Amino acid sequence: MNQRTIQVDALESEAIYIFREVIAQFEKPVLLFSGGKDSITLVRLAQKAFYPAKIPFPLMHIDTGHNFPETIEFRDRLTKELGLELIIRNVQDNIDNGTVKEETGRYASRNMLQTETLLDAIEEFGFDACIGGARRDEEKARAKERIFSVRDDFGQWDEKNQRPEVFDMLNGRIDLGQNVRVFPISNWTELDVWSYIKNEQIEIPSIYFAHKRKTFLRDGLIWSAEDAVVFRDKEEEVVDRMVRFRTVGDMSCTAAVLSHAVDIAKVVEEIRDSSISERGARIDDKRSEAAMEKRKQQGYF
Amino acid sequence: MIRTKTYKSPTTSPSKKVGLGHLKIATAGSVDDGKSTLIGRLLYDTKSLTDDKLEAIEEKSRQRGFDYLDFSLATDGLVAEREQGITIDVAHIYFSTRKKSFIIADTPGHIEYTRNMVTGASTAQASIVLIDARNGVVEQTYRHFFINNLLRIKDVVIAINKMDLVDFSEEKYNSIKGEIEYLASKSAYKNQNLTFIPLSALQGDNLVSKSENTPWYKGETLLHHLENLDAEDINEVSQVRFPVQTVIRPKTDDYHDFRGYAGKIYGGDLEIGDEIVVLPSQTKSTIKSIHFFDKEFARAKNGSSVTITLNDNVNVSRGDMLVKVNEEPTITKQLNATICWMDKEPLKASQKYIIKHGVNDAQAKITQVSSIIKTDFSGIEENPSELELNQIGEVQLKLSKPLLVDPYSQNKSNGSFILINPKTNNTVGVGFIAP
Repeated sequence: MNQRTIQVDALESEAIYIFREVIAQFEKPVLLFSGGKDSITLVRLAQKAFYPAKIPFPLMHIDTGHNFPETIEFRDRLTKELGLELIIRNVQDNIDNGTVKEETGRYASRNMLQTETLLDAIEEFGFDACIGGARRDEEKARAKERIFSVRDDFGQWDEKNQRPEVFDMLNGRIDLGQNVRVFPISNWTELDVWSYIKNEQIEIPSIYFAHKRKTFLRDGLIWSAEDAVVFRDKEEEVVDRMVRFRTVGDMSCTAAVLSHAVDIAKVVEEIRDSSISERGARIDDKRSEAAMEKRKQQGYF
Repeated sequence: MIRTKTYKSPTTSPSKKVGLGHLKIATAGSVDDGKSTLIGRLLYDTKSLTDDKLEAIEEKSRQRGFDYLDFSLATDGLVAEREQGITIDVAHIYFSTRKKSFIIADTPGHIEYTRNMVTGASTAQASIVLIDARNGVVEQTYRHFFINNLLRIKDVVIAINKMDLVDFSEEKYNSIKGEIEYLASKSAYKNQNLTFIPLSALQGDNLVSKSENTPWYKGETLLHHLENLDAEDINEVSQVRFPVQTVIRPKTDDYHDFRGYAGKIYGGDLEIGDEIVVLPSQTKSTIKSIHFFDKEFARAKNGSSVTITLNDNVNVSRGDMLVKVNEEPTITKQLNATICWMDKEPLKASQKYIIKHGVNDAQAKITQVSSIIKTDFSGIEENPSELELNQIGEVQLKLSKPLLVDPYSQNKSNGSFILINPKTNNTVGVGFIAP
C-alpha cells in the first residue's frame, strides 16, 4: 500500500477547487487558450482537477493571425497529445467581414481586435463561463478582478459593481445572456507560474527560452525582425541578439528581452532577479495609464 | 508618502522571491494614517517595485506636481480611484523577500467600506491595523479591530505609525497599547496573537531595520515579524470536513467503475481506512483510495484538493459531505448568525434569499433581525427593523433544506455562508454561524 502523504500547495489547491466549481455551476464552460505559459498552466491544473476523467470542456484560441509560429505549432501538438477539443476563431474573419478595422501605422496591432472575435464566439457557442489565465499581479486593473467575474451581453466589465468574494465561496449565478470570466490563477504571481512549470516539468513553447533572433530596437524595447507582421522602418537596424519572450501575445505588440536563460531553471532565476515587470514589454499596456481597464470594460479578456 | 529626499537606495539586498505560496495580510486605514506610505515603503525596501512601475509612479507624481513619490498610484488600480485619489475596492499588492511572499489585501478603513474590509480580510491569514500615534485609537481603529475579531484572524499587528511626530514617546505607545488590550479583553475571540510595533513608515523606523529612536522597544521590526509568521499555525485545525464538489466518473476502459469524489479537505487530514459518514444520508463507509492527479496517496493533508473513493457503493453527489465517524456537524434547517450586509437594499425580516454554504445552495428566509452590533464596541441595538449596507447584526434564518454546519468559531469554511439576492444574483451578505 502507498505510504505517502500529499499536501497540495495552497495556490494549486485553490485553482483545482475553482475548476471544479466551474463544472458544477455552469453548463457550457470553455478554456481560453493562447498557447502562452499561463494558459498552458491552466491546462495542467484542469487535468489535475478532473483526472482520471478527461478535461470536460473545450479549449478555444482566438487567433489574431499574428501569433508566433512556435506558439501555434505548440498549441496543435498539446491539444492533440491530450486529446482535447480545440476551437479556433480568427480575427482575420472579423476583418474580412468588416466588423473590425485593421489598425495601421508603426504601432498597429491586432491585440485589441481580439475582443470582437471572442464575443462573437461566446455567442456562437453559447458559452456561459470562459476560463482564462489572467493574474492579479500582472496589471493594476487586473488586481481588482474577481475570480468569477460577471460580464453582460456586450462582454462589459462593470468594475464598480463587482460581487464581493468572501472566503472561497464563488457565486456563479447569472442571467441569460450574461457570462462569467473565470480566473483560477488570479492569486498566482509570474514567479509562481514559472516555479510551477519548473516543478511540474511542463513543456512550453521555445520562444520562452533564450535564442538567437534577428531584432531591432524601438522605444527602448527589442522587437522581432523575423516576422513580417511587426512593422519596421527601413532605418531601424536589424541585429542578431540572444533574446527570449516573457509573454507570447500578438507578435506586433510583444517585445523580447535580452536573456541567456536557455532552460526553465535559468528562466526562474532570471524572473527572480528581474527589475522589469512582465507586462513592461507589452506596448498595448503603455497606450495609456488605464489601457487595460478600458479594454476590459469593452470585453477584452 | 515618501519624499524624494529620503529616497535612498533600499536598505535590504534585492529580494529573492520564493515562488508558490503567499501569506495574505489584510490592511485597512485611510491615506491619512500613512497606509500608502507603509505599503509603498515595504514594496520599495523589499525591491518589489520593478523599474518600469517605479518610473510610472515617478512620472505620474511629477505630472501632478508632487515633490514626493505617491505610492498610492501603485495600489489604486481603477480610473475613478486615481481621479478621486481614493481606494474603492480591495486592492491586492504583491511583495516578497528572500524568506516569504506576501499579498496585501488593502481596503479603505471608512465605515462605508466595511463590506470591502470583510471581503479582503476573509481570506487573510494575518492583519495589520494601522494607528496614527498622534490621534491614538479612533473610530476606524475600533471598526478594523472589530472585523479582525469577527473574522477571527489569529495574527494581528497593531502598527503604531507616525511615531516620529510624537517624539518616539514610549508613553504614547503604551497608552495606545493599553487601549487595544482593553478592547481585546472585551472580545469573544481569545486566541488572537497581538503584536504592537512602534513605526515611522515615512522614515523607515522599525519597518525593515530596528530603529535607534525607540531603544525602549525590544520587539521585532514589522517585516521580520511578517516573515516569521508561520502560515501553518494560522490555519485553525478542527474536525475534518470534505464537501463534495463534483463526482468524477471517467467511464473509460481503464477506469470503468471509478467513482471519485472531488473536493477540498478542510480542518484536518484524511487517510485510507478512515471510517467516514456521508451526510446528509448518514451512510457509513471507509476511504478506499486518495488520488491526486495520476498518483495515489495514503494520506492527504488539510487544505488539499483531492479525489476520494469509498469502499462501499454509496450514493454521493455534489453538496454532500464526508466526515469522520463521531465528528458530525450540526444538521439544521435553522440558523443563528452574525451577518455583514453588503447591499444597498437592506436586509429585512421575512425576505427570502439564496444561501450558499460552501458548495451547497438552499433558500433562506429571514425570520428575525435580532440586533445591530456597533463596530465601535459601543454595544448593540436590539430588534432593529432592518440591516443596512455595511451594518453587522445578529439574524435568524429558516432554510428550505437542512445544511451541514459548524459554528464559525470551530470551522471557518463550514461556519460561513453568503446570501444571494435571487432577483439580481448579486452576493448581498456574508454570514458567520453562531455557536
